[in-house]
Amino acid sequence: MSRALILGAALSSVVVLMALLSFVWTPYDHAALNIPEKLQPPNAQHWFGTDHFGRDMFSMIMVGARTSIAVALVAVGIGMALGAPLGLAAAARKGSWLDELIMRGNDLVFAFPSLVIAILITAVFGPGAVNAIIAIGIFNIPVFARITRGAALSLWEREFILAARVAGKGAARISAEHILPNVANLLIVQGTIQFSLGILAEAGLSYVGLGAQPPTPSWGRMLADAQTMVSFAPHLALIPGLAIIVTVLGLNLLGDGLRDWLDPRIRVARA
Amino acid sequence: MLRYALKRLISLALSLAVASVVIFAVIEVAPGDPASFMLGVNAQPETLAALRAELGLDVSRPQRYLNWVSGMLAGDFGTSYTYRTPVAQMVADRLWVSLPLALYALTLSTLIAFPVGIYAAARRGKPGDLAVMGATQLGIAVPNFWFAMMLVLIFAINLRWFNAGGFAGWDNGLWAGLHSLTLPAIALALPQAAILARVMRSALLDILGEDFMRTARAKGLSRRQALWRHGVRNALIPVLTIIGLQFSFLLAGSIIIEQVFYLPGLGRLVFQAISARDLIVVESVVMLLVFAVITVNFLVDLAYAAVDPRLRSRT
Repeated sequence: MSRALILGAALSSVVVLMALLSFVWTPYDHAALNIPEKLQPPNAQHWFGTDHFGRDMFSMIMVGARTSIAVALVAVGIGMALGAPLGLAAAARKGSWLDELIMRGNDLVFAFPSLVIAILITAVFGPGAVNAIIAIGIFNIPVFARITRGAALSLWEREFILAARVAGKGAARISAEHILPNVANLLIVQGTIQFSLGILAEAGLSYVGLGAQPPTPSWGRMLADAQTMVSFAPHLALIPGLAIIVTVLGLNLLGDGLRDWLDPRIRVARA
Repeated sequence: MLRYALKRLISLALSLAVASVVIFAVIEVAPGDPASFMLGVNAQPETLAALRAELGLDVSRPQRYLNWVSGMLAGDFGTSYTYRTPVAQMVADRLWVSLPLALYALTLSTLIAFPVGIYAAARRGKPGDLAVMGATQLGIAVPNFWFAMMLVLIFAINLRWFNAGGFAGWDNGLWAGLHSLTLPAIALALPQAAILARVMRSALLDILGEDFMRTARAKGLSRRQALWRHGVRNALIPVLTIIGLQFSFLLAGSIIIEQVFYLPGLGRLVFQAISARDLIVVESVVMLLVFAVITVNFLVDLAYAAVDPRLRSRT
């Protein structure tokens, strides 16, 4: 196992464990206002300081991790659950109208950055965490469809698939029983990368007010709130930003590490 | 080449057509009638009907779609529901902020990424390479709007080299405009430069293993000469793809960065329009962004078909 994998796994687990822990324990109530103690820099009582309402930043970061992880995780789930089958279908019918339709559809979705989808959805249905999930999720579909198709295409040329066809299995069954298990590693690695991109996208959407709405704490909105106070209380902006960086960095390292670890060919090539 | 360009052009037109249908359909399902929203609940039925006719809302949906599309083709994006001014004019004004910002950022990102990527590739596995890879890994993880806030804190609030926000306008000279876009452009460019530098490095490393590189060394070129003459040029193809993709990210990203610096760009316009339920503005801005993304990708495709004839036969 590489150092990147270990460091990435460690950083990611710290964030996930903090999010899970926040369900049962936080140092303070993340929503409790305590005006007399407002805008404290980090200290022994409040490890990450307090915000302009005297809320404990450490507790808010913990609960905010929940929002970030939930949005990004479900968005990756949507992308994978819809994208992978589309990619498998396109590869199974390579060159057919179905393949063409799926790939052109993919190109089209790529023309809508997730921010633009979010703007459209919000304009119609109003802002919210669910709409952020949908926006990021839609953008993830072509990502997974494309890599699944690419990997599946080369698998279809292999002998063991030919054997399965000779055994009388149909394209759908071969895709599910032989292709999918062989592209699973790739999907996991890509899923990790998309997860980290999802965290960044969620933060951006919440920052401009298109994501989770108050009172749900989210790192992006904490940054938006901090903006006018950055000159006299820099910790308000510094801490949520560092939380995002640690999470995204951890997931990226984890993804890179997993890729090298799961793909022996790359490991040999690097040795 | 001409045939290839024609084929890509047809697919460009198709993509735009489908995108416009999707955008129109999404906006159509929005609840509420713009005319009654503008006039309030106590409006007379006659005034309402008159306004609906004025806004072109009194015809069937397919007809409305055709009117919208043909209007756009003629440069008429309709009239804003809240400002009662032509949307095309509003968008054009804002584009003079967002587009230069995106291009400024793209230029910075390329100028930073090229030397850094080449430096890292030339020192593969050495401390310089490792430092670059570590720094770029960090750069990818930094949200650009947070980075923007930190730049404001350091360079505007503490050092006072720049204004914390606002746009000087192009009327006060090119320098004043560029100066007020510098921090936003850096904020947009650095995370993208991190990605681009990694792409540049890995593209170069791929090419350094090619036979023609060995041939270049064998015929007497130094490492450096071979790298520049044969390596960098061949690495440009994957790098160009990423630059094309980045333009759309930068344009969309500028919408968020504008919020940090209070810049009067497309972002401000679209968020105001969302809160005012000025859907025709939202529709036009989204269409414009999608148009930009599709067109840039088309141009990138053409550019590398021109650079590399092998690619013309593909797709």
